[in-house]
Amino acid sequence: MMTRLMATERQGALILSGLVALAGLILAAAGRGDPMGVHGWITLVFAGGVLLIALRALDAPEPTEDRLASYYDDPTKVGILLALFWAVVGMGMGVWVAAQLAWPELRFDAPWSSFGRLRPVHTSGVIFGFGGNALIATSFHVMQRTSRARLAGHLSPWFVLLGFNLFCLVAASGYLMGVTQSKEYAEPEWYADIWLVIVWVVYFVLYMRTLARRNEPHIYVANWYYLAFILVVAMLHIVNNLAVPASFGAAKSYSAFAGVQDAMTQWWYGHNAVAFFLTAGFLGMLYYFLPKRAERPIYSYRLSILSFWGIVFFYIWAGSHHLHYTALPQWVQTLGMTFSVMLLVPSWASAGNALMTLNGAWHKVRDDATLRFMMLAAVFYGLSTFEGSFMAVRAVNSLSHYTDWTVGHVHAGAMGWVALISFGSIYAVVPLLWRKEAMYSWKLVESHFWLALAGTVIYVFAMWNSGITQGLMWRTYTESGTLAYSFTETLVAMRPYYIARVIGGALFLAGAVIGAYNVYMTIRVAGHQAPQIDYPTGSEANEPAVPAAE
Amino acid sequence: MSVRERDPLTGHETTGHEWNGITELNTRVPRVIWWAVGITHVWALIYWVLMPAWPLVTTYTRGLLGYDDQERVERQVAAAYAVRTDWTTALATLPAEEVRQDAALMSHVARTAPSLFGDNCAGCHGADAAGGPGFPSLVDNAWLWGGEAEAIMETLRVGINAPHPDSRWAQMPAFGETDILTRPQVRIVVDYVQSLSGLETVATQERLAEGEILFAENCASCHGEDAAGNRDLGAPNLTDDAWVYGGDDAVMFETIHNGRQGWMPAWEGRLTTAERMMLTLYIQDLGEEAGR
Ligand code: HEC
Ligand code: HEC
Repeated sequence: MMTRLMATERQGALILSGLVALAGLILAAAGRGDPMGVHGWITLVFAGGVLLIALRALDAPEPTEDRLASYYDDPTKVGILLALFWAVVGMGMGVWVAAQLAWPELRFDAPWSSFGRLRPVHTSGVIFGFGGNALIATSFHVMQRTSRARLAGHLSPWFVLLGFNLFCLVAASGYLMGVTQSKEYAEPEWYADIWLVIVWVVYFVLYMRTLARRNEPHIYVANWYYLAFILVVAMLHIVNNLAVPASFGAAKSYSAFAGVQDAMTQWWYGHNAVAFFLTAGFLGMLYYFLPKRAERPIYSYRLSILSFWGIVFFYIWAGSHHLHYTALPQWVQTLGMTFSVMLLVPSWASAGNALMTLNGAWHKVRDDATLRFMMLAAVFYGLSTFEGSFMAVRAVNSLSHYTDWTVGHVHAGAMGWVALISFGSIYAVVPLLWRKEAMYSWKLVESHFWLALAGTVIYVFAMWNSGITQGLMWRTYTESGTLAYSFTETLVAMRPYYIARVIGGALFLAGAVIGAYNVYMTIRVAGHQAPQIDYPTGSEANEPAVPAAE
Repeated sequence: MSVRERDPLTGHETTGHEWNGITELNTRVPRVIWWAVGITHVWALIYWVLMPAWPLVTTYTRGLLGYDDQERVERQVAAAYAVRTDWTTALATLPAEEVRQDAALMSHVARTAPSLFGDNCAGCHGADAAGGPGFPSLVDNAWLWGGEAEAIMETLRVGINAPHPDSRWAQMPAFGETDILTRPQVRIVVDYVQSLSGLETVATQERLAEGEILFAENCASCHGEDAAGNRDLGAPNLTDDAWVYGGDDAVMFETIHNGRQGWMPAWEGRLTTAERMMLTLYIQDLGEEAGR
């Protein structure tokens, strides 16, 4: 892979990884005796590994191919493999923490294996590790294809991908050591946050530069969504993580916000992470891979416009619905609730646009599990956005809040929507990227599909039952006007559902493992096939002499 | 190159653009979507007019209904208290025997006490109040401080070894650590105490006689000559088969060698007098049920 870089780029890689390694060394020295020091060592080893790879390829001959005549897919390939790695790790952690809730002995009494530390490893593992890598990888792919232009740069895609994974690694290892900012989905400490800002800015610049090179007059919808994802996540991340480090030698900082302002900032972040990370980015995926696979035109361009602007405009207001009936002033809650309800229309417009696109391709949905992954993702997207708007209504929220219903809702979105569209897209793109005729085994794709569906349904139904039972038990009064149930009794009532959740999660994990195996075998043994056309074309005259490089 | 085509399936025109094989139809936004937009927006508007909604510089639009979350919750809490005052006042003022005579009051207790116990006490004393190592059973009729209503009420009010000014004080001295007794002597006393409650010991008669002397010298002041305990000091009866910590060699050695100071929170200020009365009655009834 390094040999596809020019000598200057390889030297650049050497210098960059050297700098990061140096930063790791400084972190290790400054944070001696603190988890920050461990993070320094992790950074040093990570960057050192990259440095070695660059060093070994330093004297390789210059690449001979005409680079502008093909797409640059190496970072995409690595990104997909990393996404699958994190999927297995993150979902595995999820099954473990779910099992801990049913069988607390599985906590094993070590500090690092306590629920509070493993849970963020699960959430960050699946959202950032799996979802983030899938987004970065597919965005590289989609951006190039829909712009008919090669990535603008050969170093920066690697910097973005590897830098992001370094962030994930620092985050996950930090949780195990007890490092946290105590902000959900924004747990990593200040130095990790700063690093992510650098990575993200490079990502944004790379994206814009590639877009500027495009050979298409118009920007395709998928790219609007990817762009919204990159831009808004940067904004959210920076604002919510504003903090003052307690010292430059330790993993501890104090938020710039306090009290209810802090809570509001956190949930403005938290909800828009759902919106722009887990929705906008994956809509980008959906808008490219679904019509591509179905070989049908998008049902309505006008609907795309309406839903895009609806989603980006309304979502930004909705965060306060996480703080109903709290110290947050009621007018803020009103805005959060009403905007959440108005948000339903563009959300459903997107889901509907996707499903209507399948008109004329339903026989393919029946026969092709890959397309069925995408179809089901759109269905779950519709379901969970409806549920979300519903739960944002204060009266409903007074029952659902703080219960497992919320957990069920999140997983309808995360498993049913985010993971399914990612797996569908991965199955669609892997044969193309590795120049194979098809996935190694369509039967395994098929079994992954059913495992994922069964797992999601079991999980979500278990949590609905558990959450509603829990919520109702909390608010049941006796004739005397006193509480009917103790907290422990609610736990006892929830236990069967917790066990069901472990089963659902394990099925889903099994599907992911099968998927990873299938991808591995595709790369190793599936038959070679060059696609018909998969290289940038400016105009007919510009047709490249060499087809896309292997 | 912008070439509009007609999709044969739907009859709609494309926008004329194409991205790597993907095209888009220029289908009109379905009417149902516009309806949905209209309905949700009108609903939001109405809600904004009626309820607190938009920030102004120093205040916010309060809404025509004059609805205020904070006021409402205060009203509801006050109303909830009002419903309960009748019987909670009675519980807080009447002596336990009189409460027991009053079927109506006792039905409030029966409804309320289990969840009260579950939320506040079960974590230490167990869901069935049968205790566990370090936490005494409340249903075995072997009381440290007494099982009469007044005694239990007092235990709950002030706690044991708790930071309450009137806290009950239970100190089992660390005889080994403070070198009052040597380790062999502690072992002798262990054997002796085990013999008191009929636990099996292989100790010889001389050893038990030696233990009896050590006990009389060191322990009887608190646990009593007959080792039947002292409820003024919270010193447990050592002749029965009820144990807080345990009667086997290792545990009892630890008790006598390192001492014990169990900690039971004071509930005054955390639970109302009425609530403590309910728990007292509940514990007594549980004990009676278990005894039967
Ligand atoms: C933090 C753990 C803890 C909690 C919570 C707790 N207890 Fe206790 N309780 C203890 C311990 C320990 C003792 C024994 C103290 C000693 O060794 O003297 C005790 C002793 C008692 C006694 C005295 C028993 C006797 O034999 O005289 C009563 C009565 C009692 N608890 C009732 C309650 C009730 C009712 C609650 C709930 C409101 C409660 N406890 C909550 C730890 C706890
Ligand atoms: C100063 C008073 C005092 C003296 C002296 C004393 N004890 Fe205790 N002992 C207590 C108290 C109070 C407890 C209950 C401690 C608690 O539960 O926290 C206790 C508890 C015990 C227990 C634990 C019983 C159980 O249920 O697990 C044993 C055994 C015991 N004492 C044996 C002895 C022996 C043997 C001696 C003499 C060597 C002795 N004690 C001297 C006050 C005393």
